Amino acid sequence: MSLATTIQLIVLLPLGSFLLLGIFGRKYLSSLSGMIGTTSLLVSAILSIQTAYQYFFLNTAGSFEKIIAWKMTWLTFSEGVSIDMGILVDPISVMMLVVVTVVSLMVHVYSLGYMKGDERFATYYSFLSLFTFSMLGLVIAVNIFQIYMFWELVGVSSFLLIGYYFEKPSAVAASKKAFIVTRFADLGFLIGILILGFEAKTLDFVTLIERLTTSNSPYLVSATTASFLGASALTWGLLLVFMGGAGKSAMFPLHIWLPDAMEGPTPVSALIHAATMVVAGVFLVARLFPIFSISCPGALEVVMWTGVISALFAALIACTQTDIKRVLAYSTMSQIGYMMFALGVSGYGNEAGLGFTASMFHLFTHAFFKALLFLGAGAVIHYIHSNEMKDMGGLRKSMPITHITFLIACLAIAGIPPFAGFFSKEEILTAAHHANPMVYYIALLTAGITAFYMFRLYYNIFWSKEAKTAHHDDDHHGEGTWSMKIPLLILSVGAIAAGFIPFGSFVSSDGHPLHIPFEISAAILPVIIAVSGIALATLFYKTENDRPDKLSASFQGIYKTAYHKFYIDEIYLFITKKIVFNLIAQPSAWVDKNIIDGSMNGLASLVVWKSNLIKSIQSGKVQDYALYFFLAAFGITALTIYLVN
Amino acid sequence: MSEIPLEHLLMLSTALFFIGAYGFLTRRNMIAMLMSLELMLNSVNINFIVFNKYLFPDTIEGLGFTIFIIAIAAAEAAVAIAIIINLYRNTKNIDAENADHLKH
Repeated sequence: MSLATTIQLIVLLPLGSFLLLGIFGRKYLSSLSGMIGTTSLLVSAILSIQTAYQYFFLNTAGSFEKIIAWKMTWLTFSEGVSIDMGILVDPISVMMLVVVTVVSLMVHVYSLGYMKGDERFATYYSFLSLFTFSMLGLVIAVNIFQIYMFWELVGVSSFLLIGYYFEKPSAVAASKKAFIVTRFADLGFLIGILILGFEAKTLDFVTLIERLTTSNSPYLVSATTASFLGASALTWGLLLVFMGGAGKSAMFPLHIWLPDAMEGPTPVSALIHAATMVVAGVFLVARLFPIFSISCPGALEVVMWTGVISALFAALIACTQTDIKRVLAYSTMSQIGYMMFALGVSGYGNEAGLGFTASMFHLFTHAFFKALLFLGAGAVIHYIHSNEMKDMGGLRKSMPITHITFLIACLAIAGIPPFAGFFSKEEILTAAHHANPMVYYIALLTAGITAFYMFRLYYNIFWSKEAKTAHHDDDHHGEGTWSMKIPLLILSVGAIAAGFIPFGSFVSSDGHPLHIPFEISAAILPVIIAVSGIALATLFYKTENDRPDKLSASFQGIYKTAYHKFYIDEIYLFITKKIVFNLIAQPSAWVDKNIIDGSMNGLASLVVWKSNLIKSIQSGKVQDYALYFFLAAFGITALTIYLVN
Repeated sequence: MSEIPLEHLLMLSTALFFIGAYGFLTRRNMIAMLMSLELMLNSVNINFIVFNKYLFPDTIEGLGFTIFIIAIAAAEAAVAIAIIINLYRNTKNIDAENADHLKH
């Protein structure tokens, strides 16, 4: 099979399964739907891995080029400006193909057990397939507008899956919140696309990047000289595109939807809100990275600070939350912050591109251990029927497999060697160390906090109190079916082994393999900090004691602020309700009701009034009409005679 | 034989037309209205014949139209009487004042 056919198949299989299950699923295939979805994903995953093998290992050129495997023009606006649908094959898109299909496959398998017996089982699987299709379409996009369309499609499938339990008002509110916040960010994305497209006279990625990075090209000159409010058109375009990315990737201050999105089924959180969709923003910046890096370092600096602030901010909140999925949501946000600022500190080409490689590497490893954490949390929630830490404790005996795999994932995210997170985080820290010491120290601090809150979570679930499983002993389903345990085991292999992949030789900012020397000296400090974070968590949370309460009491101000998520939601509510609603929406509603509606209603009543005046001539009597007819005929005759004479 | 002057005939036809129109507008009985209608049609017929004979004696278009109008008048009378009979069957009344159900 040619490359184009293979990738088309990878993308279209989930679409086929979505259509099949969406149309016939509930009526005819309800029990089979899980197997149909999983099988199509299995084929996709195998084909993706095969594609990755071909692309990375059977490559003789020595560097990885961008290949346009297939392309069709869908809509042409003017010469050169068109919306194309196609397949762009380059290291990051191939890597994303593997990540998306593998994690999605794991989630599909896991859901066979987790969602078993759900009334809308087939609908659930069709939504999962829709999401997978959209995400795959997003990563292979050749055209910035293609990415935008699939971007919206993943937004829709995320909306559908967050609101899957639509009978719960909180889930409905969360899905609306996620959709509105990301849509708001996507407005910026769209304007950014239009600015970039206008300046570069193309929407095609390869041409766009080439035109906006070649120095002295007329496009770049016009994009950098045209300015608005003190920034060039290029900066505005990139920043607005980044706004879309920040919305999807839950970067501060557009992160507010992500914790609420945890209302969806837990496997969905693992797939969409941890491993794949939320890294779309990182992917977008990486896709346009040459433009950011070569032509507009100012915008890249914004990316860096957004990433750093989000990483630290989310880590602080994660320490205070008690809902285990929310802790994981904030940790996702924090880790995506890492990826963002790794891109932000990176340069373009060769050694300078370390941050880019590190960011993609972290994206790759994070997908495994974060999906594993979520699936583990899902198993716990499945067992306990609660999201709250206070209902858990001492589960290590009753859930041995979940316990071990969760521990592996915690070690990986904390950055303990030799687990996957250690390697990628170490690369990010090295890149930050070279570029910006301030960022480096904040990142180190965040790494310590990450280790602390992950082990706070771990101890609270599996240690702490004695197990309260009395009511489970009799007729309970136990730890879960094998379909739930196998994905945990596979992903934990990923969380252990993914770090050993020499990532620089495959993915780098300019396509040339990058050899990254492993510096043991640079790794010592992060590991010490991570271990001390873990030690602190052990001290506080391994057994039940009052130290955490004392600590939170002594830092009550900070603790409360962090517990309330730094009041960002309240600030948003204040801005929307008090300012936008009162000062903008209400006056415009008044204008709409009184002036616009009023003029229309006035026109209508005028017509009614006039017609009341003349409707009495319509008596319904035939002789009256005949009289009018004669009078009119006489009138016309008289007029004609008068005019002729 | 002395010819009847054109003006006399035109006055006859005009008088006939207005008698018909007056009858059509004032009679409430539908049969009477129909008869008035016939008067108007016949005044038109007279007009056609007169103009044909006095102004264009070599042609026969006026005659043709007249025959046409007579035929149509017959058909129209048949339709009108059918309507009137139906109305009578439904309302036991053929007063034009009462037949105003189509107003609303």
